[in-house]
Amino acid sequence: MSTNDTTQSEKTQDSSQKVTFGSEAPLRLDCGVELKNHTIAFEAYGTLNEQKNNAILICHALTGDQYVASPHPITKKPGWWDIVIGPGKIFDTDKYFIICPNVIGGCMGTTGPKEINPDTGKPWGVEFPVITIPDMVRQQALLISHFGIDKLFMVVGGSMGGMQALEWASTYPDRVFASIPIATAPHHSAQNIALYEVGRQAIMADPEWCDGKYLEQGRTPKRGLSVARMAGHITYLSEASLQQKFGRRLQDRHEVTFGFDADFQVESYLRHQGSTFVDRFDANSYLYVSRAMDYFDLAGNNGGVLANAFKDTPVRFCVISFTSDWHYPTAESRLTVKALNAVAANVSFAEIESDKGHDAFLLDEPEFHNVLSGFINGAAKHWGLS
Amino acid sequence: MNMLSDTNRKSIRVDLQLMADMIEPGTRVLDVGCGEGELLDYLVNTKGVDARGIELSTDGVNACVSAGLPVIQGDAETDLIDYPDQAFDYVILSQTLQAMMSPKEALNQLLRIGKRAIVSFPNFGHWRVRWELFAKGKMPVNETLAYQWYDTPNIHFCTIKDFIVLCDELGITIERSIALDHQGNIRRIRSRLFAANLFGEQGVFLLSRR
Repeated sequence: MSTNDTTQSEKTQDSSQKVTFGSEAPLRLDCGVELKNHTIAFEAYGTLNEQKNNAILICHALTGDQYVASPHPITKKPGWWDIVIGPGKIFDTDKYFIICPNVIGGCMGTTGPKEINPDTGKPWGVEFPVITIPDMVRQQALLISHFGIDKLFMVVGGSMGGMQALEWASTYPDRVFASIPIATAPHHSAQNIALYEVGRQAIMADPEWCDGKYLEQGRTPKRGLSVARMAGHITYLSEASLQQKFGRRLQDRHEVTFGFDADFQVESYLRHQGSTFVDRFDANSYLYVSRAMDYFDLAGNNGGVLANAFKDTPVRFCVISFTSDWHYPTAESRLTVKALNAVAANVSFAEIESDKGHDAFLLDEPEFHNVLSGFINGAAKHWGLS
Repeated sequence: MNMLSDTNRKSIRVDLQLMADMIEPGTRVLDVGCGEGELLDYLVNTKGVDARGIELSTDGVNACVSAGLPVIQGDAETDLIDYPDQAFDYVILSQTLQAMMSPKEALNQLLRIGKRAIVSFPNFGHWRVRWELFAKGKMPVNETLAYQWYDTPNIHFCTIKDFIVLCDELGITIERSIALDHQGNIRRIRSRLFAANLFGEQGVFLLSRR
């Protein structure tokens, strides 16, 4: 643990642990702002061994959070990747020390637009500086150092979590042994920027958004955030899975009503997804974190050549994509693989056959899980952990 | 799963063993068209090789990665170009050359990214092939050449002699050359090419650039 006096650890009522860094470890953001006081909330599972070499960092996606394998404090639902984390599971908590932090800009305890700006005593709102994927990773690195961990065994993440897994390997190649970027891309495509812009515009068009000051005014842009979630949710599913799940089936009725109620099951489903999301997510966080994804461009940050991001990398990679994922299609994972081949990196790459779309990485996909566990066991052997 | 534990390692196919014997321990190896990773697994676990693989079939890739082998899903025809010059000590192309669109370009790529290449292929000069064509007037179908002409992935057959001519044309040095007959016996090619080209069912070559 850090010996610095201004760094504080605490356990909050919602079970998440928090570390607050003071002036000894400011967070320098890509936008130029320096956050002198910043907090990172996280969940941890398993035990850090004596050599401190069994730590796995799990990075969450846009609307994820640190509750990767413990019940969510608001929804009470099981952790978002409960299926693979726990004793005897793929990420075996009897063997590994698993850390999952909430990203900077998030809304589950880590410093973000929802938290109080110490300079004004009011919630940051849109006064919060714009953050990037590298900023998230930089803050996570401070947390890892706080634990006294020199080198992570592994960084894993899907979607935006995969961007962090790539960024970790690129920025801290000596601090991570292996990286598993899943269903992700080395940059946001024009299509993805466009889709996310729709979500942001929906939030900002909601009068309850109040130019970003809704918390001060005791209001919530529920409708806008809900529409953003609905649009986002469509990108997480494949056409085939929507068709299979809903088809053109009607919701609790035998014929269409010639109106704008949720006649179709798929509408009802999306409305439900939207309305439950607003209970656990902050609208401004959605703006900030989605913006960070748009700004992500690993090649752009490395002289326009993606391979430069991984020059001489000692990191072992396992890139995974899914056939029906049109949000982060296989072609974008292949860009990463090509760049890694260009530096003759140690890379595994598997495209998993699935009709579940982008969300496949969160679901029970046996082939995917075989690949994951095989890679992890192989890496553990080479890292001297098994 | 094809993951073999160290204590329970079974022997590998004789042609793969021949290739493995050509590889120095502790080197960097790329196996192009590595299938389910039989050779890679052997090289990693008995020779401490830093091994990578490329495989076209999803099943092959998933089996390899699930066994902890660093293998990517890719196409040897298009993806070799991504690798830097001389990145590997050995690049292996096992029983794949004859199925490639551009075998010549592939050989050049192998020796661009690898200091040495190890190539094996079925010998179309084998006496049984010649016999089937000569006596029956039909394309050969047997255990080594298991496809009908209309569904074979093998589009560029050659004989051991043809291959030697091509290497010469491309300025490639043949460091070692071995033919394997039907019984799995080794026949030297260099000293007795005529017999090797007639009785060898497959050729295994260790190549480098002059």
